[in-house]
Amino acid sequence: MSSPTAENTTARAGTIRKAVVVGGNRIPFARSGGAYAHASNQDMLTAALDGLVARFGLQDESIGEVAAGAVLKHSRDFNLTREAVLGSALLATTPAYDLQQACATGMEAVIGLSNKIKLGQIDSAIAGGVDSASDAPIAVSEGLRAILLDLNRAKTMAGKVKILGRLRPRDLAPDTPSTGEPRTGLSMGEHQALTTAQWKITRQAQDELALASHKNLAAAYDRHFFDDLVTPFRGLTRDSNLRADSSLEKLAKLKPVFGRNLGDAATMTAGNSTPLTDGASTVLLASEDWARDHELPMLANVVDGEAAAVDFVHGRDGLLMAPVFAVPRLLARNGLTFDDIDYFEIHEAFAGTVLSTLAAWEDEEFGRTRLGLDGAFGTVDRSKLNINGSSLAAGHPFAATGGRLIATLAKMLSERGLVDGRPARGLVSVCAAGGQGVVALLEAR
Amino acid sequence: MAAHQKVSSDKYTELVSGGLGRELAKRLGLPQPAVLRRFTPGVPLVQGPILVVGHSAGADAVSAVLLSWGQDVRRHATPRDTLGAIVLVLDELAHPDQLSAPLREVGGALRDLQRNGRIVGISRQADAQDTPEAAAARNAVDGILRSLAKELRAGATANGVVLANGTAADAPSTMSALRFFLSARSAFVDGQFLTASSEGSATEPNWDRPLEGRVAVVTGAARGIGASIARTLARDGAKVVAVDVPAAGDQLAAVANEVHGTALQLDITATEAGARILDHAAQRHGRLDIVVHNAGITRDKLLANMDAARWDSVIAVNIAAQLRINQALLASSHFADHPRIISVSSTSGIAGNRGQTNYAASKAGVIGMVRATAPLLAEKGGTVNAVAPGFIETAMTAKIPFATREVARRLNSLQQGGRPEDVAEAIAYFASEASAGVTANILRVCGQNLVGQ
Repeated sequence: MSSPTAENTTARAGTIRKAVVVGGNRIPFARSGGAYAHASNQDMLTAALDGLVARFGLQDESIGEVAAGAVLKHSRDFNLTREAVLGSALLATTPAYDLQQACATGMEAVIGLSNKIKLGQIDSAIAGGVDSASDAPIAVSEGLRAILLDLNRAKTMAGKVKILGRLRPRDLAPDTPSTGEPRTGLSMGEHQALTTAQWKITRQAQDELALASHKNLAAAYDRHFFDDLVTPFRGLTRDSNLRADSSLEKLAKLKPVFGRNLGDAATMTAGNSTPLTDGASTVLLASEDWARDHELPMLANVVDGEAAAVDFVHGRDGLLMAPVFAVPRLLARNGLTFDDIDYFEIHEAFAGTVLSTLAAWEDEEFGRTRLGLDGAFGTVDRSKLNINGSSLAAGHPFAATGGRLIATLAKMLSERGLVDGRPARGLVSVCAAGGQGVVALLEAR
Repeated sequence: MAAHQKVSSDKYTELVSGGLGRELAKRLGLPQPAVLRRFTPGVPLVQGPILVVGHSAGADAVSAVLLSWGQDVRRHATPRDTLGAIVLVLDELAHPDQLSAPLREVGGALRDLQRNGRIVGISRQADAQDTPEAAAARNAVDGILRSLAKELRAGATANGVVLANGTAADAPSTMSALRFFLSARSAFVDGQFLTASSEGSATEPNWDRPLEGRVAVVTGAARGIGASIARTLARDGAKVVAVDVPAAGDQLAAVANEVHGTALQLDITATEAGARILDHAAQRHGRLDIVVHNAGITRDKLLANMDAARWDSVIAVNIAAQLRINQALLASSHFADHPRIISVSSTSGIAGNRGQTNYAASKAGVIGMVRATAPLLAEKGGTVNAVAPGFIETAMTAKIPFATREVARRLNSLQQGGRPEDVAEAIAYFASEASAGVTANILRVCGQNLVGQ
């Protein structure tokens, strides 16, 4: 199959260009209520942008476009990304827009901006994401909101008094955001607990994946892998969730927190689930010419991206299983199989999510009946999976995870260079609320 | 911006700089530190006429250069005519007897020297080939200027340019050193000497943007003196690569963004640090011209209580890293166009300091390294020098207990602590093209601290 970069359709330029990852910057991720308890989304996104500008000397550059978003967002932050740009060291002539696709926000920002670069609409871009579970928006109750709006519309004092008479004590309780799915009422963890049980993923396997995440992330920090990917913020120099000294024994002692109604099948603990996290990430994207003109590195090409969604409401697939469908479509379009992939970055929302995803790809019947293949889709070589750690260790500030993954993978690919005479390839997979998933394919320069 | 840190403020100097405070200090015989005149782009070189003392051909040549800089040059003192500076040209000394007349002329003019005035001597290096009479006369200038520096008040300083063998009084490198000492850039340099050789560019330097087109690396650039060096080099036209440990990355990013440079998070003690610096500079800018070894740490303890960790970490950061990085620089083709290395030493490395055997070892080591590296760099047309700061008002010295700090900052001829930018200005001077003939110098930026030379 031909890759999209070889397609001959384009709006203006005649040919589709390559979009490259120049590099990335994020602030260390912090467990909610910790180091960034009093930092806003705008503070964190601005810091991540400033670190990127400093790393690549972009102070005098008008960037083509900046796209970022947050999952937990105050209504006043309607122009969050543009406001962050204005507060950053970037030129004020840099346009920006907000976007949001739950935990896949950062991924969609990378893919969308890369496509604009490929089409010649822009030459450079910054994709990003930020989330604060600490500084979450709290809304007034629906009852109070209706009363306040009516009050605003009332013209007479008598009318106002009458409307205020509708106020009941229960209306004063605030409306706090939750990770619950609107259509099922179940939290993300409860949803995953069902999927984890469905795919018969053991507690031991989940704890082992969590431990590997911590060990790999700690080792990457120790060998200075993140020196040019992370800039400290508010006194934090490493992800605060990282437990380099974790062990299977310690993880085994934790009590299940999700799926407790499943009895013995309850396997998901605080140790093999991601905590609520605060943080921000950014990725600098460019055309080859722009990167060359600015004497900037080119780590990897953004080859292709794919989104998928599943009907989790009626229970056919698990809430976080959409990447199971997106990846086969992405690889087929690019004429690739798992054998052609050198690094797999599968977002660890929960250890159970990663393991259920791998199990579905290895399942003969699932491959035949759901993916329309002759058999199982394939097996991910575990020695190529999340080798520098992932969300279980780093934490998961929802919209910031995509940028973390893309920048990390791009650097890994750049360091790897060629494999069997062809550029090293990497796959990123991120699941998201609402039964969605976004995946992307990168290759080394 | 976050990069601007609170440094200890010298309330005493503010108090005695005017009004009742000044009167009180005068009557009680208390120290009366002046508010020093600092450099900002566009300020005049000096604040009044320059009196050139001396009757040699060298004195005439120096006068001609000063005139070409647009200065008001006087060859004879006119009493009660205020002076911005006195330049004492003694390049033909053969006997101590010849000192009397010119020095009495200077003495007579001192009362007309303005606040923040300048005295700069130009004389020849005394060496073993001289006649004993000539060597005595030449070396006498050292004692004269150091003593005069201690007599001057109101922010005025006395410094000297020493001509290496065969160097003309108006050689480009001499004039560059003279200009530095005359200017507000040398506000906290007092009682010091720079040795200039005849090496130097023939073209008139760009005095406003002396580092235009040059690429500079500054280590330890996240805060304090390092951040000030980054700002000063950028102000003078250099593209700055700001280097500091990853843990200081947020402050480093703020500095890099302020100076429109790039941030390189790097542990300079890593084996590959030199290669990383060169790769970064080569990829982003195609070259590297200036390296400022500023990063340093203190781990003070009396030697009797010194553990290996304290000793080893200070040696590793303050001197071993510089040696290793310099090896990589010397081997690189990207560091080849009249390159400059400037190291930050310390008065502790010259005079010693109780509780700092490790720190003084590293800083004295820097001086040895600079002298031995100079011939290696000369092959590339490069120079290597060091600055040795005395008491500088930084976030670090702000932590010194009040009484100790108050004593420390008065123990010099200017009776105050210096500022980070005073150190930075001296480094920018060494980094400039015009300083091509100035190498292996150790310049103290200490307000003529009472200890050491």
